Amino acid sequence: MSNLPVISFRALEQVFAAADGRPVHALKGMSFEIGRHEFVAVLGPSGCGKSTLLRLIAGLLKPTQGQVAIYDRVVTEPRDEIGIVFQRPTLLPWFDVLGNVTFPMRHKYGHVGENELERARKLLTLVGLADFQHKRIDELSGGMQQRVAIARALLLDPDILLMDEPFSALDALSRDEMSFELLRIWTQSPKTVLFITHSIPEALLLSDRIIVMTSRPGSIREIIDVPFARPRSMSTFSEPQFHELANHIRSQLFSRPVAV
Amino acid sequence: MNSRTISAASCSRARLRSEVKAAAGIGVFVLTWLDRGLPFIAIVVLLLFWEGATRLFAIPSFLLPAPSAILAAAIAVPPGIWFGHIWATLRVALMGFGLAVAVSIPLAVCLASSKFLSRTVYPLLVVVQSTPIVAVAPIIVVTLGAGDLPRVVITFLITFFPIVVSTVTGLQSTPEELIELSRSLRAGRKREILHIRLPFAVPHIFSALKISTTLAVIGAVVAEFVAAEKGLGFFIAFSTSNFRIPTAFAGLVILVAISLSLFQAVSFVQRRFVGWSLPKAKQ
Repeated sequence: MSNLPVISFRALEQVFAAADGRPVHALKGMSFEIGRHEFVAVLGPSGCGKSTLLRLIAGLLKPTQGQVAIYDRVVTEPRDEIGIVFQRPTLLPWFDVLGNVTFPMRHKYGHVGENELERARKLLTLVGLADFQHKRIDELSGGMQQRVAIARALLLDPDILLMDEPFSALDALSRDEMSFELLRIWTQSPKTVLFITHSIPEALLLSDRIIVMTSRPGSIREIIDVPFARPRSMSTFSEPQFHELANHIRSQLFSRPVAV
Repeated sequence: MNSRTISAASCSRARLRSEVKAAAGIGVFVLTWLDRGLPFIAIVVLLLFWEGATRLFAIPSFLLPAPSAILAAAIAVPPGIWFGHIWATLRVALMGFGLAVAVSIPLAVCLASSKFLSRTVYPLLVVVQSTPIVAVAPIIVVTLGAGDLPRVVITFLITFFPIVVSTVTGLQSTPEELIELSRSLRAGRKREILHIRLPFAVPHIFSALKISTTLAVIGAVVAEFVAAEKGLGFFIAFSTSNFRIPTAFAGLVILVAISLSLFQAVSFVQRRFVGWSLPKAKQ
């Protein structure tokens, strides 16, 4: 059972119609398997279909070709196993912090029970916002808002966390801080994570494996096993291999795509 | 000796500083009140200017009555008469406004959720909006009779469009991520609208409601111009036709007061119940 991949996609292909009606190939021939509690980063240039991949796995889009499976069941609609964190926190300004964290429960089932409130409080402690339960959303910094969004994504205890460039809207300092926070949260509450980013250091710091993508049509250019031991810390940045790998990935991203 | 003079000097300097600070405090206090009172002062200055000009140039009261003449005319009308006219106009304005809110918001939800409806019904709404309601008002009165109904319908027709347009805009301005969140939870269309889209439209809806309160009073007055035996619109038309211009102006002042009160009432409801929807500086 534990050998069974949590997420697998085979020969995934996505074609959109552009505004002028011409077909646009977003993804082509993507096949990959992600194991239990694995942290996989997807790294690629802007517009390479990273977000499309995330939405296909979330069941928000239907693939043109190929299929996505979660626990070997083909994804045809959004599934309960998944929590999503978006690029922007997109919290609800009419609820306080606690109301935002419990929102998925209220939205899906129409009520929030005492158990969920308790769970939401624990999640807020986990993301370091225990004292902010009753704060209004506009009283929080960008980093704090994204912490609330992470707690919201964890409320219904998903096995899988899909993160779409979650820290890219933050300033550089908050960004590093949030990366370490995410590592801590992931260690305390292990999940299978697909983390989309365009930051090479972020991908190297966080993940077990990195999918390096080509630009449009997006496909897998290379899969990199990240060798650094866990738990990772600031010292991970100074490992000699870190720069080697970063340079390697950079050269992969900037070289012309391989002809298929 | 030396140190004592220094300490004395520093002491007096400190006193001076505290006095300066106190003076500055009074200055800030005066400025704050001046700032708050400025709109009021502007109105008083305008009224004095108006009063002075009518007296100085001996402007006849049927052209432009002085504020004092308007006040006198207002007092000359018995309160019971005023109350009857105010109530008639306010009743129609509120019913028309209520009907517009009750129809527009659900209609906007339908338009925002169905491409078919927005392609078919929306152009019709634009046609209705483009029709000068003042011109249609007599026809509506002929069709619907002389009661409150035609007046409420006229008020509704003038009031509803901004609410529909703003609500649709609000419903569609919801961040895409939240719609995806809703879909990923499989919460359903109904909850997506009730829990996400409608609350996101609240700031837009309140902007429209504020505009619509003023329009509702206009609608009621237009309807009363056409056919009525009560109400401030009727009162103004009747006074004017009898050359009682100061009395007509008094009616006008009361109409303005009603419009302002309705606007303030909507602002109050927004602050009290959905304060988050206001810009941050105004909370």
